Amino acid sequence: MAELTTTAQKKQLHKAFCKDVMSMPEGSKIKQCQQCGACSGSCPTGYLMDRGPREVIAAFRAGMIDEILKGNTIWLCTSCYSCTVRCPADIRITDLMYELKRLAIKYDLYPRDAKAPALTRYFIDSVQKHGRNHETEMLSKFMMTKDWGLGPKFGVMGMKLFAAGRMPLTATDIKGKDEIRKLAEYIDRKEVAVP
Amino acid sequence: MKYSYFPGCSAEATGKTYDMSARALCKKLGVELAEIDDWNCCGATSYFSARELLSFAISARNLALAEKMGPEDVVCTCNSCWTVLAKTNKYMAESTELAADVNDALAQIGKSYGGGLKVRHIAEVLVNDIGNEAIAEKATRRLTGIKVAPYYGCQFTRPMGGDWDDYEFPKILDGMFEALGATVVPYVMRAKCCGGTQMLTSPEGALKMVHDLLQCAVDDQADVIVCACPLCEMSLEGYQPRVNATFGTSFNIPVLYFTQLVGYALGCDPKDLGLDKQIVSPDKVLASVPA
Repeated sequence: MAELTTTAQKKQLHKAFCKDVMSMPEGSKIKQCQQCGACSGSCPTGYLMDRGPREVIAAFRAGMIDEILKGNTIWLCTSCYSCTVRCPADIRITDLMYELKRLAIKYDLYPRDAKAPALTRYFIDSVQKHGRNHETEMLSKFMMTKDWGLGPKFGVMGMKLFAAGRMPLTATDIKGKDEIRKLAEYIDRKEVAVP
Repeated sequence: MKYSYFPGCSAEATGKTYDMSARALCKKLGVELAEIDDWNCCGATSYFSARELLSFAISARNLALAEKMGPEDVVCTCNSCWTVLAKTNKYMAESTELAADVNDALAQIGKSYGGGLKVRHIAEVLVNDIGNEAIAEKATRRLTGIKVAPYYGCQFTRPMGGDWDDYEFPKILDGMFEALGATVVPYVMRAKCCGGTQMLTSPEGALKMVHDLLQCAVDDQADVIVCACPLCEMSLEGYQPRVNATFGTSFNIPVLYFTQLVGYALGCDPKDLGLDKQIVSPDKVLASVPA
């Protein structure tokens, strides 16, 4: 994990977050957060988080985004959208969590023991390669790099899935897999040109 | 009736029986599912977590392909695919800037998306376009006496399904099972998250969610849980042994896709519905369906 040591670096991160959020559909609604806590109260994994979604917005206002990114909160968001539909200010909180995950990956600020960024990467690798996610490939990569103990835990279930043809060993490549690669390359170039 | 069908990646793997049963049921109902030619992954939660514009672009490639096939509505089976594709559709309609950026990227691969399609979940399509009465009329078996726990999952109506069902307490499938003679138990946790996205990365929280969902079904004395999402199905069915090992419980409750149980009532071949490919055998509950 990288560290943001200077105030200038922290300000830059804060600015990047603001710019990205404001360009998202309905992103400016974040200004209307009244700190009611409906989001944190609705969150199925809130009890495991360093800080719930309400505190995430408070920390953003206090200029402490780097603190949020270093914690476990964003990687525990399951994308269930409970907070989003309950927010009385119509803030799309799930989208904010996605934005924070993107910044954490971009600035290399996530905790080293967080496994979710690796799984995200393996998922994307598989889709970029085949055009579709090959679940078995993604799972094997995750097991080999992040969780050796997973194999035995999967034992019976994995065998049953395999026997039922629900865990294919070979991937399906789409005809247009080059198009997926081209989309990524084009957007990479564009985003580098206009950071 | 014809639709452009987006099966989603899990249809080729863990969610295979959802795809099989959706196709078999639709065939029985005279609903044509025309698979989107050369569809790609919707992007799921992973792309949103890493790359914003790329996630919308790869998702929109599917909409561009569907639009080229015709004006028919796009139908998804997976809750997550439906959420991602419907979200892309909605956000592109809300933001001309995003629509322009996405189309700019799609132009690099000779594609474009004009934004004219509707993206829908198969459950809503069957209930609203075919109708529960029409479905029940085709039944060859009644599900009398079967207690069904309808598990909708989090992304069934949240955040994209507010127009046709409730965010907090969806009910749209209850009527289908009632029309087929089943007893639908309250199942108050019907829209809670299954923790599927966290099962590998934060299993302690995810297994607790599955435990609570299974316990709720057992407390309601349900014979079977029906799902509308491959991630939910995998969590609730596949992880029962690990939940039992973790919490000292002894859950062994069949979990089926709603399309499997409805298809069974409508007389589809059980093999076409993938009923022999489940991890927890549904044989006992199916045997109790009156002939």
